[in-house]
Amino acid sequence: MAIIAQILFIILTATALYLFSKNLLKIRRNILIGKAGFVNDQKARRWKNVFLLALGQKKMFKKPIVAILHIILYVGFIIINIELLEIMADGILGTHRIFESYFEQFELAALYNFIINSFEILAALVFVACIIFLARRNMLKLKRFMSNDLAGWPRSDANYILIAEIILMGLFLMMNAADTETHFIISSSLQPLLSSINTDTLFIIEHTAWWLHIIGIYIFMNYLPYSKHLHIILAFPNTYYAPLTPKGMMHNMPDVQNEVLYAMQPELAPTDAAAPASFGAKDVMDLSSKNLMDAYSCTECGRCTAACPANITGKLLSPRKIMMATRDRLEEVGKNMDLHKNFVPDNKSLLHDYITVEELRACTTCNACVEECPISISPLDIIMELRRSLVMEESNAPQEWNSMFSNIENNFAPWKFAPDDRDAWTKQA
Amino acid sequence: MKVSTMAEMMASGQTPEILFWVGCAGSFDLRAQKITKAFATILDKAGVNYAILGKEEACTGDPARRAGNEFMFQMMAYQNIQILNGYSIKKIVTTCPHCFNILKNEYPVLGGNYEVIHHTQFLQELIEQGKIKITDSNEWKGKSITYHDSCYLGRANEIYEAPRKVLESLDMELREMKRCKSKGLCCGAGGAQMFKEEEKGDKRVNMERADEAIETKSDFVASACPFCNTMLSDGIKNRDEEVNTEVLDIAEMIAKAMQ
Repeated sequence: MAIIAQILFIILTATALYLFSKNLLKIRRNILIGKAGFVNDQKARRWKNVFLLALGQKKMFKKPIVAILHIILYVGFIIINIELLEIMADGILGTHRIFESYFEQFELAALYNFIINSFEILAALVFVACIIFLARRNMLKLKRFMSNDLAGWPRSDANYILIAEIILMGLFLMMNAADTETHFIISSSLQPLLSSINTDTLFIIEHTAWWLHIIGIYIFMNYLPYSKHLHIILAFPNTYYAPLTPKGMMHNMPDVQNEVLYAMQPELAPTDAAAPASFGAKDVMDLSSKNLMDAYSCTECGRCTAACPANITGKLLSPRKIMMATRDRLEEVGKNMDLHKNFVPDNKSLLHDYITVEELRACTTCNACVEECPISISPLDIIMELRRSLVMEESNAPQEWNSMFSNIENNFAPWKFAPDDRDAWTKQA
Repeated sequence: MKVSTMAEMMASGQTPEILFWVGCAGSFDLRAQKITKAFATILDKAGVNYAILGKEEACTGDPARRAGNEFMFQMMAYQNIQILNGYSIKKIVTTCPHCFNILKNEYPVLGGNYEVIHHTQFLQELIEQGKIKITDSNEWKGKSITYHDSCYLGRANEIYEAPRKVLESLDMELREMKRCKSKGLCCGAGGAQMFKEEEKGDKRVNMERADEAIETKSDFVASACPFCNTMLSDGIKNRDEEVNTEVLDIAEMIAKAMQ
């Protein structure tokens, strides 16, 4: 009987890990369809960002209460999962609390109790934090959670994650409580509730909780690639590869730079110069891989949108929606690749089908969204790449911008003034 | 006051220590011209050996690039870099955060390498060096002021302190808006919005910001960007508050308070 449980456990674990890694590799493939975008210079500064932003969650502390609740979830999540080591060992070997007996052998029973007690305290804190977050998300009517950006699946996704955490923590504590030989700090206070239940039933409860807990973890793990919750993994590489240049700096387009150079100095033009394929980004594959990783890393928290001057004043633009649209389109392109091996054009693109001209036109490039993002996502970079495609590929600009372009070209200023009057002010000075 | 151009300086064999990049707004816009003149007056009084490019200056290409027109930007950058490098320019000061950002961050990769500073940084330097002396009985003393962070100075280049330090020298009461420094709200002009109608929404961005500035009940709003200045002035005028709250560039305030 025990051997069947062990085999079942091994099959379950292997399947969960296989599916999880398969989906992660798919995400990796999707991210890499973007253009080269991972800069890996100044490693010390990049690691510092990982420690401060991802590990230390520095930007979350702009809202201290939320930051503390969030860090409980995060520390709890990581530390409680250390217990998985014992659960895995027990599952494979058919043992019960295998580490406990090892710790006892070395007269470290107290240490074992300390560790499990810490897990239990964290589990209880996570349990409470998740309930607070659920209430805040659904009852407080915060603008960024009520927004239409989250209509449908994204709103459910956020709630599912919280409910799943509550269930997992509940099962973990239940499992310990039903184990009458143990007296850990939180679960022991639950034991009186179970006192009327006979030992056999308790044994069944404990084992059921144990199995449901580990199955729950495997389901949760495999849910991640479909969820906004993927940030618990991608926040790390995403902050590592965050640009170290000033936020105001837009990246150069060497193709265009050379076109202009060859027009001005034709003697420099190579004879076999091929015209660049396209300018800016029309679809996800025209964006950089960093842009695409940004899209998968986005937790849809909406701090960007809450700070966006265009959104605050009722414009259609929402930086969060830009990120969500990018991920949705990328997922669609990924499914297309699953089906046909290589991407087969589907008459759709990120620009127009997922993100409209009106949204792009509303951006003031103020960098508030970039500044707000706790894990260094840049919606602005995507907006600018799409604007480049709009103007350079489609000549799609409002009339006033076209006038501005021609003024710059003819009068060397965005307004129609005579270039000769540029220094007129000096005569009045 | 004589404002020399690089060409004149070159002809007389002189090398100015710094180039004052005036920018299009500072050159042509009537309101911004006042800022330009105020800053030139300060440079003159502080004895700074400077020059302008005059008719040889051209748009940096910022609005074109932000609107998505990289070709136009590259053409302007090419021409400007030819001129700047032709004069072997080493150091540039500008009163426009958009020119500042693009000259400092986006020209180097194209071959234009200069030390670029914003006028608020330069003013801070001159005050610290004692080259600018504020009169004890300056007209701003004791008045209240709120400083509006320009996005291209603040978040884009993390310059939050220099303008505030300069204002401190005027002995004014600095009242911060709720959204300030890294959380500062845009005036609505950036990203080439200055040159087009706003997209449809419930409110104009400059009205949102002007309302926030008015809420501080300050006598003055200090700006450090000609575009922010226009947007906020328009917003405050729209609320009929221009009698109570005047928008001024930091350079204008210093020029009037200098000994």
